[in-house]
Amino acid sequence: MKVDKELIKRVASNARLNLTDQEIGEFMPQLKDILDVFSKIAEVDTKNVKERFHPVEIKNNVREDKVEKSLTQEEALRNTIHKKDGYFKGPKAI
Amino acid sequence: MNIIKECESINKEYNYFNTIAKDAKEGNGKLKGYYISVKDCICVKDMETTSGSEILKGYKPLFNATIINKIEKEGGAIIGKTTQDEFGFGSFNVNTKIVPKNPFDKTRTCGGSSGGAAGLTQKASFKHIAIAESTGGSIACPASFCGVIGLTPTYGIVSRYGLIDYANSLDKIGVMAKDVKDVELMFNIIKGYDKKDSTSLNNELNKDVKIKKIGVIKECLNVDKEIKDIVLSNLDKYEIVSLPLAEKYGLSCYYILAMAEASTNLAKYCGMRYGAHEELNGDFNEYFSNVRSRYFGKEAKRRIILGTFTRMAGYRDAYYLKAAKVRSLIINEYKNAFKKYDLLVSPTMPIVAPKFSEIDKLTPLENYMMDIMTVGPNLAGLPHISYNAGFKNKMPVGIMYIADHLNDNKLIQIGKKKE
Repeated sequence: MKVDKELIKRVASNARLNLTDQEIGEFMPQLKDILDVFSKIAEVDTKNVKERFHPVEIKNNVREDKVEKSLTQEEALRNTIHKKDGYFKGPKAI
Repeated sequence: MNIIKECESINKEYNYFNTIAKDAKEGNGKLKGYYISVKDCICVKDMETTSGSEILKGYKPLFNATIINKIEKEGGAIIGKTTQDEFGFGSFNVNTKIVPKNPFDKTRTCGGSSGGAAGLTQKASFKHIAIAESTGGSIACPASFCGVIGLTPTYGIVSRYGLIDYANSLDKIGVMAKDVKDVELMFNIIKGYDKKDSTSLNNELNKDVKIKKIGVIKECLNVDKEIKDIVLSNLDKYEIVSLPLAEKYGLSCYYILAMAEASTNLAKYCGMRYGAHEELNGDFNEYFSNVRSRYFGKEAKRRIILGTFTRMAGYRDAYYLKAAKVRSLIINEYKNAFKKYDLLVSPTMPIVAPKFSEIDKLTPLENYMMDIMTVGPNLAGLPHISYNAGFKNKMPVGIMYIADHLNDNKLIQIGKKKE
């Protein structure tokens, strides 16, 4: 598996992370090491095998579409300093 | 001695808490007289809950996790939030600001990621039960290194509502204690269907706890001879069973899926609604990237990068989807073994708790390899328990029993038989 600076930068940007050159330099050989081991799963014959996204069988569990008690506006905003007029205040979108 | 004072005094020396409660509110019920510590990734109303991460610093949940409501209803007194690797990312509890020290030797790790829970369970002189959590071995590993009991239940049997996710298809809340009766008491209180958790299981546990046949996993005996001998000396009668797929591919399969899920779960942390905040500068991409880069620790960043990569166009089939198929085969391999055996056994960890100076020298891959015994049952959602099996050079060695889905009671039964 080829792991270079460009690939790491591209992935980091997708994941909204700014990595320093030092971090990239440190991660490069480590990620290569890890991905080389991960790649070994290619050896397993998985023809006609279905993916499992849960270890046990789970039935869809959805609640009725009914209004229930929820947090008040004041409670919902309690953990942020970025608020205005009862809303979350975010960074510039456009 | 006042319980909170004792917690503070232990904490000064060993770093087992991220937050200690101001007072332990005692109540009436099955947990009357018990003091309960909670891993920091589980929400307790109005008590700072950070999951060991700087990005959640200051976050005070507005609600209790379902299991906390159950514990309070039975009179359990919550004493605080225990230290852990950031979001559960680690086997030695060093990937976080506050690093817990092993109760047997302060130069060594407690194990991870539920390190504080295990250390405190060993050290507390009062009646204490710890609530811990495992994604790939985060209960069994520290229980083994600290010489206590650690139960990881069947996936879905304990509600995850109010748990800060690491990897949704793998996370399980469980219990640590010194006495198996306390493990049983707490497990019976916290288990059960919860409509607030969309992956909650609505199945009854198997009541039959007869243990007729035990299989020792052949591939897991390839460890230090002393550890192998200590583990086997705990068993009267056993056969050897081979699980080649779990051994050879379990680790890769687990880490691919766990990191893929973790990278999506961590996408929500962006310094806007809770936890760490910065001044609102730049556009949303710049602001979110700045906050995330500043407050996520190194291992979290590594896992976000790897997890994002294995889900990206061009790589998804070869890594993420392939791993989900290999997971199917590994689950089947275990299921086949349980047709013949009631319990499977292996050492919990291939080593005793290492020194911090030894951990410093490990590469990330070498770190991940330490989970070789525990990732299999976690990947398959199988209930497992670690008991102390003995000591090597005065450090505890753990024996891990694995049962089929919904047979959690057999794991408790084997401990009662030992007593």
